[in-house]
Amino acid sequence: MTAVITVPASLDEQSFEQVLEQVVPLAPDVKILVDARHTRFATPYGLTGLLCLAQSRAEKPDFAPPSDDDVKSYWARSAFFRYAEELYTLRGPVPRARASQDSDVLLEVTPIAKSEDVHEVVERVRERATHILTHKLRLEARATMGFAMSLSEACQNIVEHAGRGGWVGVQVYNWAKRRVGRQVVVISVADAGQGFRRSLDTARVRAIAGDRWNDGEALEAAVTQGYSRHTESGRGQGLKGIKGYVHRHDGRLSIRSGSARMTIVPPWDDSPAREDELPAFPGAQLQIIIPERAEVV
Amino acid sequence: MTHIDVRSALNQSLPGNYSHLVTRRTGMLVRSVIEHRLKGLADGSVAFLDFTHIGLLDRSCADELLSKLMLPLTTAIPPRDGYVVLHGISDFHLEIIEAVLETHQLALVVQLPSLEAKLVGAVTDEERRCWEQVMRHGDVIADRVAAETGLTCESCQEMLEGLARRRLLRRVANRFLPLGEAA
Repeated sequence: MTAVITVPASLDEQSFEQVLEQVVPLAPDVKILVDARHTRFATPYGLTGLLCLAQSRAEKPDFAPPSDDDVKSYWARSAFFRYAEELYTLRGPVPRARASQDSDVLLEVTPIAKSEDVHEVVERVRERATHILTHKLRLEARATMGFAMSLSEACQNIVEHAGRGGWVGVQVYNWAKRRVGRQVVVISVADAGQGFRRSLDTARVRAIAGDRWNDGEALEAAVTQGYSRHTESGRGQGLKGIKGYVHRHDGRLSIRSGSARMTIVPPWDDSPAREDELPAFPGAQLQIIIPERAEVV
Repeated sequence: MTHIDVRSALNQSLPGNYSHLVTRRTGMLVRSVIEHRLKGLADGSVAFLDFTHIGLLDRSCADELLSKLMLPLTTAIPPRDGYVVLHGISDFHLEIIEAVLETHQLALVVQLPSLEAKLVGAVTDEERRCWEQVMRHGDVIADRVAAETGLTCESCQEMLEGLARRRLLRRVANRFLPLGEAA
């Protein structure tokens, strides 16, 4: 029997939880059909999350693509189907994947498995990002360097800690009708690997949480206290750099791993700083949102 | 003085013509190339690491490259006697490098485009004042620095010795000299 997982009409970080709530009760070997026929909008978090979802299943899932041609075309331009074709059995035709013509797609969904992949991502984003970030988001030219650094560090987390490949996507949105009320650039990096708790599960790090060791404590150890599974000094620089960049640019950083999420919450957002007891999902999903620079009056 | 082009070291380390110093693994590979070059230098040599043709630098790569290059040189018994000066550093590079150096309580000398030298990383205000006196005078003893800074001779001597041990100055007998072209 196949279990149908319904993808919400708008698929982003928050609504992806609805997908997981449907999947988590199922045993990993239960066949699933991920039904995105009625989906009209997806962020990089949603698209990379769907790829990780397929990776997490023992049996290759089925996938029903969006029925709207424009949405399907957009997903193709974002390179989602290029990788979904390998991970899912697609139920229905999808447009041919081709290089994105969207100026708002800074980086199509891209696999990350090794250090060289991070180099490729940075080279590609640097070519496209400067104009968009300086003109659309009105960031200083120097801030585009910090943006690329944050992207590089986020991708490295997969290479260094996940234990399996993951995905990255970068997109610019007009969030005029959303909470922030400005244009934003969104980086999403996701993997279905071992997650923060298993990666950090050493006697040294566990000692700080004692009996409370769980996904939330592991995120606290890494994000707040800068712990790494590596004992040598200087580790944990990547997340520290990302946090600094996000803070300087009024951005939002969220990291979900296992059944917990931590968020560096800017003034324009009202997300909780820490959430526990979310539906358990393998690996780690990281999202960085940098808003357009506010007008100085 | 020996010039080491970091972009060339990057291209020797990885296939492909990359211009960005990103990832910890890349930092390790580039450091290996640079360490190999440094091993071939005479004792007391100053190596200029030239970042002119480097675009992005991330913190993980900077940590793996610079901190692990410098930490052994600043131990009580360093494996070799050599000095490193950074050249061609952009403002963005500088921000990243300073953060990494401070994490390890390290410091480095950076040569600015004007050829003026700047001390970056973990140094106290008093250490910086002593270092600047050496840069200004070129070849001094601790007493002279004490007279210029108003600090005691003993504390100047201690700080200058510490700066020399950290590879930020050269020490010849009881005299202290700058690194770089003025040295």
